[in-house]
Amino acid sequence: MSDNILEIRDLTVGFRTEQGPVEILKGVSFDVKAGEIVSVVGESGSGKSMTSLAVMRLITDPNAMISGTIRYKGRNLPGLSAREMRKLRGRQIAMIFQDPMTALTPVHTIGWQIAEQMRVHLGLGAKVARKRSVELLGKMGIPDPERAYDRYPHHLSGGMRQRAMIAMAISCDPAILIADEPTTALDVTVQAQILDLLQDLRREYGSSIILITHDMGVVSTIADRVLVMYSGRIIEHGAKSDLLDKPQHPYTLGLMRSIPPMTGERPRRLPSIPGSPPLPGKRPEGCSFRPRCEFSFSKCSAVPPLYRCNEQFAACFLAEHGSHQWQRNLAEERTAK
Amino acid sequence: MRILNEVSLDVYEGETLGLVGESGSGKSTLGRTLLRLYDADSGKIEFDNLDISTKNRRELRPLRSKMQMIFQDPYSSLNPRRRIGDLIADPIRIHGHASEREIHVRLRELMDMVGLSHSFLTRYPHEFSGGQRQRIGIARAIALKPKFIVADEAVSALDVSVQAQVINLLMDLQDELGLTYLFIAHDLSVVRQISTRTAVMYLGGIVEIGMTDDVMHNPAHPYTAALISSVPSHDSIMSKSPRIKLQGDPPSPLMPPSGCRFHTRCPFATDKCAAEVPFPHDVGSGRSVACHFPIS
Repeated sequence: MSDNILEIRDLTVGFRTEQGPVEILKGVSFDVKAGEIVSVVGESGSGKSMTSLAVMRLITDPNAMISGTIRYKGRNLPGLSAREMRKLRGRQIAMIFQDPMTALTPVHTIGWQIAEQMRVHLGLGAKVARKRSVELLGKMGIPDPERAYDRYPHHLSGGMRQRAMIAMAISCDPAILIADEPTTALDVTVQAQILDLLQDLRREYGSSIILITHDMGVVSTIADRVLVMYSGRIIEHGAKSDLLDKPQHPYTLGLMRSIPPMTGERPRRLPSIPGSPPLPGKRPEGCSFRPRCEFSFSKCSAVPPLYRCNEQFAACFLAEHGSHQWQRNLAEERTAK
Repeated sequence: MRILNEVSLDVYEGETLGLVGESGSGKSTLGRTLLRLYDADSGKIEFDNLDISTKNRRELRPLRSKMQMIFQDPYSSLNPRRRIGDLIADPIRIHGHASEREIHVRLRELMDMVGLSHSFLTRYPHEFSGGQRQRIGIARAIALKPKFIVADEAVSALDVSVQAQVINLLMDLQDELGLTYLFIAHDLSVVRQISTRTAVMYLGGIVEIGMTDDVMHNPAHPYTAALISSVPSHDSIMSKSPRIKLQGDPPSPLMPPSGCRFHTRCPFATDKCAAEVPFPHDVGSGRSVACHFPIS
């Protein structure tokens, strides 16, 4: 399809270790359309951050084994030279992190760091770059941007640093912004401001955003489409409203039920998923969710492909013939409320 | 620098008091001060009708077994070179007067209570997942049969699927052992699930306290309302009340604003708020609010 700005096919990332090769990502495939906010959700160790690092080609470990294609506007990123990639990174595809201090250097002012990016990628002169940086800082909601320009990262609060990093990431008007847990370390009131900011970005610049998060609340606030990852695979994906309303994979369902509700009756006991996510080297054969799944049956000893259910896809044998009984139970439960 | 500013608070026996607020509001400092891990500059702390604020370390020692703490990251509080069994037995060896035989029995009892296998007792902390480590931390905290536990962000670092298990465990243990919790967390949905009452802190003071359902559904303090409306929630896309937007970040406790400390970010602030400090007053059904113009 032509309106896909990013197409990832069969992305597999493994590492050679003393205990033999360990696969972190297995056959991850997805697309990102222009102007779309795609959310990647999953628990720790599910491979969501590894996916974004692979796209940015930031996996530098010599023991890494990476295969698959990542096409950005038709160009296969793994095939580019380091020099070509450097031109692209920060200019076409930018990234923001959970901890802004990983992206900002403490030895330069934040203004200098934003301006430098534009001088290198866009060839702007020092004066113009400074002016644009100040404008950007102001747009990010940083009070007194002229003064903020000359401050060092440690002068700023966590929320302000996050804004400065976002200003830097979007300074060259990238086509894709990858945001890895951008609000996890922030307080809710500041988180709400940053989520507003990301939505403004899409509206104003038409940027595509890949938002990596473990927070279903964040997903429901801003995502268009959702990918759920478990144990290095995408186990379900679909439009946000479909996926949150009618999860097809038992893991997605379990994940959503585990979150204490903010409205309505408080459950006496929270529904929870037994056990914990498997470590990458110790993933079970077949469906890796099988040991924790209340619906597992004989078929689950094989790896389930992504089955289509209406407009969403789920890697579960229960979804082979469309929605299953537990889906209907859930619907009844909802109407009973 | 004043981290806590004239805080008055009752924790009732057998309840869970949730303590919410943004980073830097003083939640953890309050929790630790109640346990006398920090010393207050002024004020009084009573535990079980006993003034503990003036007791010295030796006098406090017998009381320590009655008040325990659960931390956010149990890994940093578990010595990596010692076995789980020894780590859990430590408080019993130090405080209790139990024989090794009794300790042996008690350790197995504790492992059952927190849902861990007896075989784990001989293993080391690094062999466990985050959820299991938190269960170990809980086993250690309840080893001496305490009455009062301060849980400081006890489930914040856990994945949601595991977080739900640990919340359920804490609630079960409360029923079984008659525990009283001070549950400190920044996640409002978790606090709503576990707390009987909820207190909201802002910049070193409690701005609102009351029954959890009242506070969460009809917040009286504008800060509480802003906090709750900022929570991105997956279950209330339809029913969500309009967001009260706050500008900027919380001010530094080094230079707290005059009058009401929230007035610089409050959408309803007036001149009175900048000039006069609002004192907590009762607004009915056990709720207290520190605001000149509470939302009714």
